[in-house]
Amino acid sequence: MVAPDSAIVEGSSLRVVEVTKSFLSPDNSDSRTHALDRVSLDIGAGELVSLVGPSGCGKSTLLRLIAGLDSPDSGELRVGSETIREPSAERGLVFQDPNLFPWLTVRRNIEAGLVARGVLREKRNEVDGFMRLVGLETFGAAYPHHLSGGMAQRVALARALINHPKVLLLDEPLGALDAFTRMRMQDEVLRLWEARGATMLLVTHDIDEAIYMSDRIVLMTPRPGRIERTITVDLPRPRQRNSADFLRLRGEILELLHFAGSSQEALPA
Amino acid sequence: MNTALVQAKEPVPPAPASEAPAVRSEVAVPATADGLRIGTLAALPVATLIALAVHVAVSKSEPPIDTRSYTVFLGSVLGLSIIAVLVQPAWAGLRRWMAHMWPILAAFVSLLCTWEAITSGFRLLPLPYFPSPASVLQSLINDRKLLFDSTWHSLFLLGSGYAVGTVVALVTGICIGWFPHARYWGMPLLKVIGPIPATAWVPLAMVVSPSGTVSAVGLIALAVWFPVTMLTISGIANTRASYLDVARTLGAGQKYLILRVAIPAALPNIFIGLFMGLGTSFLTLIVAETVGVKSGLGWYVSWAQGWAEYGKVYAALVIMAVFFSTIMTVLFKVRDRMLVWQKGVIKW
Repeated sequence: MVAPDSAIVEGSSLRVVEVTKSFLSPDNSDSRTHALDRVSLDIGAGELVSLVGPSGCGKSTLLRLIAGLDSPDSGELRVGSETIREPSAERGLVFQDPNLFPWLTVRRNIEAGLVARGVLREKRNEVDGFMRLVGLETFGAAYPHHLSGGMAQRVALARALINHPKVLLLDEPLGALDAFTRMRMQDEVLRLWEARGATMLLVTHDIDEAIYMSDRIVLMTPRPGRIERTITVDLPRPRQRNSADFLRLRGEILELLHFAGSSQEALPA
Repeated sequence: MNTALVQAKEPVPPAPASEAPAVRSEVAVPATADGLRIGTLAALPVATLIALAVHVAVSKSEPPIDTRSYTVFLGSVLGLSIIAVLVQPAWAGLRRWMAHMWPILAAFVSLLCTWEAITSGFRLLPLPYFPSPASVLQSLINDRKLLFDSTWHSLFLLGSGYAVGTVVALVTGICIGWFPHARYWGMPLLKVIGPIPATAWVPLAMVVSPSGTVSAVGLIALAVWFPVTMLTISGIANTRASYLDVARTLGAGQKYLILRVAIPAALPNIFIGLFMGLGTSFLTLIVAETVGVKSGLGWYVSWAQGWAEYGKVYAALVIMAVFFSTIMTVLFKVRDRMLVWQKGVIKW
């Protein structure tokens, strides 16, 4: 399990400044839904940050803006010193649905990024390394529909990683997996993160996942989408899911999100 | 079969035929590994024997020169079926094929027998419009050279028309499906021109084009063009947005998005269009040959009809049936090959 070139920091810093984004409401073309309202966020090179919040808080919108798939109404997004204008192989994106190309074998799916950039010939020797990295070296000739959910998501990760992205954007990548596969995959993503040193931004609705994995947790609130608070997770790695500190942090976050349950009157405004 | 890709290392065991995959998906055939039932085994030889007896009985009154070929034909079927029955205990592959084909072949021979009884036997249908199978076979053999030529001409026309139509349709379909400007200008044209049956253009085609062959190729191409274009457009335009998003974050440019995402995603749709186009192209081929080109199977049928040689008409129909279904089968094989990734995703 050796990464192609291990322990190099490939990541680059990410800066979101006062970004606003609204969409036309699908039911009423006159009103607009404010998906993001003056959102600012700074992420250091090689940092792993989670975006947590209820649905409709603009997490996925923010990720699409960073990927360059949409552009903001106002504000600026930068990777390193460059402004984000369009999608780029430097910013990989993994969705909840693996979205593997069903007409390509596992191997060809992983190679897709190299073909798209026209560098397959020079970099073909890296493909085997990435197939090993995600433990799929014997599945190269299989088509995606033969794979389980976890395997398909590993292929999607390898496909995004083969371009050595400076920023890896993960949009609930483990959301559709069962609890056990999910915990195993969390460890795999962490292993990939440590091996590659990419900057990672993880959208999740699973608070345990956010605490277990990230350096910082960004809490967002909906309508309009805003950043409510940022929490630094100071627990040493590898983390224990049942340690006292872990559970204390979990309680705090649930309270902030108004999901703690018992002490309704003690909520902050 | 579906897992063959993953488990390609294991050689397929030759035949503990209890689960013969060829049979599984078809109508349940009461036959399996340990042997075919006597009833199944006897079906074809018995049916052929009856057909032969009927034939000998009814053909006594006719000149032997007209009926000998059919006698030879039925005799060969009888001989081969008896050999097959004798050989099958030692040949599992043949046994599986027989389990699948024997009943249908027996039904076919019985149908021939009924046909002969109705026509030559009881003379229930007026001649010369309804000849017996024996005289159809005789026409087929007598006129084999002209029939072969006609088939060859038809194949040439169909092949060139279908190829031209498909290429043009793919280009227009991909442009209209992908580029909004092409869609704005192209779609109205397509909606107005497309639904006109290609055969309706025959008068214009005969005036405009330099030769009958060119106009026939053009008409067939037009017939193929419309369905293939429509289905290509819908396939390209309905490419899942998330595939395109993923490709763009992998560094894909316009060329990759069209050639390696949109087109493969549209391929299942495109094949539906190709099948529809094949149907309309058969129709157009026969019409074009009947009214314009002076060769080919369509021309042969109307020519033979002009001479009231209905045996030849039916012979040409038999050739057409074989010809068209062979082409259909070829297209199915091409699709199975190109869409191999779909196996197991959808029901074929």
